Amino acid sequence: MSPRARTATKVGLELAVPVLLLVAWQLWSVSNDDPKFPRLSSILVEFRHMWLFSQFHEQVLPSLERIAAGFTIGVVAGVALGVPIGLFRWSRIWATPHIEWWRNMPPPALLPITVILLHSIGDRQKIGFIGFFCLFPVLLNTIDGVRGIEPTLMETARSYGVSWWEAVRRIVLPGALPQIIAGMRTSLSLAVITMVLAEYFSSTNGVGYVLLISKNTFQLTPMWATIVLIGALGYGLNLLFALWERRVLAWHRGWRATTAE
Amino acid sequence: MLEIHSLGKVYGSGERATHAIGDVSFSVDERELVCVVGPSGCGKTTLLKCAAGLMRPTSGEILLRGQAVTSPPEEMALVFQEYSRSLMPWTSVRNNVLLPLRHKDLTRAERARLVEEAVEAVGLTRFLDRYPWELSGGMQQRVAIARALAYQPSILLMDEPFASVDAQTRADLEDLVLQLRDEFDVTILFVTHDIDESVYLSDRVVVLTHAPTEVKEVVHVDLPGARDQIETKELAEFARLRAHVYRLIKREQTEEAGTSPGGRGEPLTAIDGGSGVSVEEDRSLPETADRTRRG
Repeated sequence: MSPRARTATKVGLELAVPVLLLVAWQLWSVSNDDPKFPRLSSILVEFRHMWLFSQFHEQVLPSLERIAAGFTIGVVAGVALGVPIGLFRWSRIWATPHIEWWRNMPPPALLPITVILLHSIGDRQKIGFIGFFCLFPVLLNTIDGVRGIEPTLMETARSYGVSWWEAVRRIVLPGALPQIIAGMRTSLSLAVITMVLAEYFSSTNGVGYVLLISKNTFQLTPMWATIVLIGALGYGLNLLFALWERRVLAWHRGWRATTAE
Repeated sequence: MLEIHSLGKVYGSGERATHAIGDVSFSVDERELVCVVGPSGCGKTTLLKCAAGLMRPTSGEILLRGQAVTSPPEEMALVFQEYSRSLMPWTSVRNNVLLPLRHKDLTRAERARLVEEAVEAVGLTRFLDRYPWELSGGMQQRVAIARALAYQPSILLMDEPFASVDAQTRADLEDLVLQLRDEFDVTILFVTHDIDESVYLSDRVVVLTHAPTEVKEVVHVDLPGARDQIETKELAEFARLRAHVYRLIKREQTEEAGTSPGGRGEPLTAIDGGSGVSVEEDRSLPETADRTRRG
């Protein structure tokens, strides 16, 4: 099988099941005619009407901006905290209970308090909320990645008089990067979840806000169209991330292949 | 140049203390290549790490040009046995060799030149922009050697550098080390468990006892002419020295296995500041009949 044919088969397989499900949905919803489950065709018409692109600018862009800002804050803070915690045993002893406490906190439990603590029901509160929950997967993976750095490599750096900061930059960060990226991937889907949650709770625009309005006005077709949009958003972001990861971690795949022998 | 004075290293304390190194003294002169051999588990790596300033000895001291070594000295470079672990897999050969130069007070062009010279000296110019893991084991160790050379050390410490490469590659790398010593004018302290290697490479071989380690004997290697993998190893003198070192180590191993802890048989040969008893003075050795070269 040629590489092109193989790619085509892979994409075909990936699409086959969703397409079948959608066809089933359409057939079932046509025969059933239940307002709770609008026809797929109606949902798609509504989707096009709402999101391509009349309300995109007004409702989707703010959500994407919040995801971007919250995710960035979470990743930067996670790496910045994770590196020292991973490097020093005493800081791990100190930090572990705090991390274990907060990382198991369900996001909705903290929604009200963020409004009060951040004096905001606007972007500041939403970005802070998203950032906080994006922090933990990155933090935990960074700690693990830093602890897994080859000791011989650190010893080599030390024997050459490489400074602490230089070693962090040249050895610790790139060495922990595969793990950091694994954490970022988890954080990215958390960012979408917490974005919708925060907007649903208090907002004047955004995807979550549209969901809330649709619910309050019993508009089920727009609600389904929005659910489709959120799914597509998560899928698309993950796809972009995977493409970026492929490029950044090309060395890691090659190296793993040689050490696996 | 490098002096090791009654070095001792104890791991742990109290009843669980392990005396890795008892009392080791020897010295390495300028431009000399000294090999350290000993029975397995005799603390060779510990000794080297102490000498490199990576580990604090429990007692004794290490002097480099008269200065006490307490942290890794600038004029010293270290090559580890595990090349695949001491190289960064995420970046090119070039950047790996560049790592120790980044903090040196050099211009960009000087750094680039040092890297390229060192990589050329080990014959890997074609592979400058490859990842280390794309290269064979022997080539990876060459990268590690190039990195050490680019650092421009006056003394190179090598910890069983060729223990995990095949025999042919090993022979090539041994010759490379001899060649680089002349080319870069470095002093080398070379730890190995391979007796042939130690005799082939050295000006002197420091033979260690089992733990708690002491110096059993310092053997002077006085082989004529440039070293050659075939001809040198054919010399009667080579065979004699090899056999001598071998016996010393074998005796150590049987003693360790055979006697109760504490009593370790005959007293050790007295060593004074590294200028030990040479083989020629050792009457217990059987004279080898054929001393001529069988070319």
